[in-house]
Amino acid sequence: MSELIELTAAEAIERLRDGDASAAELFEAYRARALADELNAFTWVADGAPAHDGDTVPPAHAPLAGVPLAVKDLFCTEGVPSQSGSKILAGYRPPYTATAVERLTEAGAALLGKTNQDEFAMGSSNENSAFGPVRNPWDRERVPGGSSGGSAAAVAAGLAPWALGTDTGGSIRQPAALCGVVGLKPTYGAISRYGMIAFASSLDQAGPFTRDVTDAALLLRHMVGQDPCDSTSLAHPDEIALPQGVDLRGLKLGVPAELTGEGIESGVREAFTATLALAEQLGASVEPCSLPHAPHALSAYYLIAPAEASANLARFDGVRYGLRVDADDLLGMYTATRAAGFGAEVKRRIMLGTYALSSGYYDAYYGRAQQVRTKVAEDFRAAFERFDLLVTPTAPSVAFRLGEKVDDPLAMYLNDVCTVPMSLAGIPAISIPNGLSDGLPTGFQLCGPAFSENRLLNAAYVLEQAIGFDGSPARG
Amino acid sequence: MIDRAQVLHVAKLARLALSDEEVERMSRELSAVLGHIEKISELDLEGVPPTSHVVDVTGALRADEPRPSLPRDVALAAAPEQLDDGFGVPSPGAA
Repeated sequence: MSELIELTAAEAIERLRDGDASAAELFEAYRARALADELNAFTWVADGAPAHDGDTVPPAHAPLAGVPLAVKDLFCTEGVPSQSGSKILAGYRPPYTATAVERLTEAGAALLGKTNQDEFAMGSSNENSAFGPVRNPWDRERVPGGSSGGSAAAVAAGLAPWALGTDTGGSIRQPAALCGVVGLKPTYGAISRYGMIAFASSLDQAGPFTRDVTDAALLLRHMVGQDPCDSTSLAHPDEIALPQGVDLRGLKLGVPAELTGEGIESGVREAFTATLALAEQLGASVEPCSLPHAPHALSAYYLIAPAEASANLARFDGVRYGLRVDADDLLGMYTATRAAGFGAEVKRRIMLGTYALSSGYYDAYYGRAQQVRTKVAEDFRAAFERFDLLVTPTAPSVAFRLGEKVDDPLAMYLNDVCTVPMSLAGIPAISIPNGLSDGLPTGFQLCGPAFSENRLLNAAYVLEQAIGFDGSPARG
Repeated sequence: MIDRAQVLHVAKLARLALSDEEVERMSRELSAVLGHIEKISELDLEGVPPTSHVVDVTGALRADEPRPSLPRDVALAAAPEQLDDGFGVPSPGAA
């Protein structure tokens, strides 16, 4: 294995700047690994490093220096397959590139490949991809989590130095936890959604998968910003700084009872409790708190997200792009195309969302879910009057076996119990590796008020140093 | 409980053709999921305003300046059927 693979992205950038390695060499080292991928993490791998003004070497001043980047399939990338894990978009090559990807390539990132995902980002195991499940590099009989499972597995296995994912109800944080990498969901609106194939527009947010917290900050720094093409995007009030700190003195951490008790596997809870003790040793105060409506967040989420999805996915109708199944009339073409193009989970969510929005049920389901969303956000606001950050386990269990939950949608949805509340409130949250339980990674989640990314990253960085997680076994 | 007739009604609204087996499964699975979700009906939400969006952005308009759009041939390139510089579709039919 090339020793370049063992470097974090920030270290690799240093190496490239010092002239001790070339961007082309680094790209080829990762490309070879991505091509030899046995995890099914990639749906497409680049033929070579992208050209910059006719040269494969990026401008020397580019902050990301040509370091390769893996990108979740659902980001539109011009001329490159962007299928959102769906048969209905198989082979689709969009005519434009998503703003988040564009910003990173302008900063010097080189597109290495597109990563596998649950179809239209609907899933928590990556088993809903039309292109087959992704395997967890820590145990290939287990899932990597989802929906950004390919990105998480690629970073964990050292097939990419870092990757982009998206998080609607936990789709960055949960696979990051299950694969033993860092995953950050930024504040809603911090990053443009333009060119992300939409799942639930009021919740979808792009974010980084990295080996460490420093890399997460570095990637985030070059993604944030207002975009005229996304009217819900906002300028971040702070420049994203590289994280620093040696202790957590003065930091007030709250531990929400509703997300840390029942339903959390014992090994995950033990690792979580051990890290709370570590945080106290580092000078933080750690106290219990309450998010009274958090137990209802999952229900609200599984109405709001499918409702938005049912509207967003109406565009896949066999007219402008993607699959068409011929029929005698227009309606027959629509229904046959969608029947053949969508997988079981996507159909389930479209049905659930359409039902929740349908006449006679709207107030009881969608309307109430939106009211619950208000209460969930209010709970967080109240908690942040007393605490700087809240902490929870990221996922209630370690990676489960392939096939274990595939026939039980409700059991699958419960994987999101600790990540959905932050999504509904639109606040930033990060998952960092928190040691192993029975040889499998667990995740520690921190969340803060809107636009508190710098505070979040600093605390995560200090904890990361103290936890000392070793991700190298997954890179084989 | 979502029965067969409701599943077929919603599938029609959603423009989805379902097989008999799918209708049966959908009825069972949606009922289970909605059974769990029903818990929010126990909450007292009288007077609570709905949140459709967490970000407080209103009237976000960009400058009204003309800019190039996708060329027609590029916009049409991925279409399953092109017809007279547009998207081709089957006839809406008599109904």
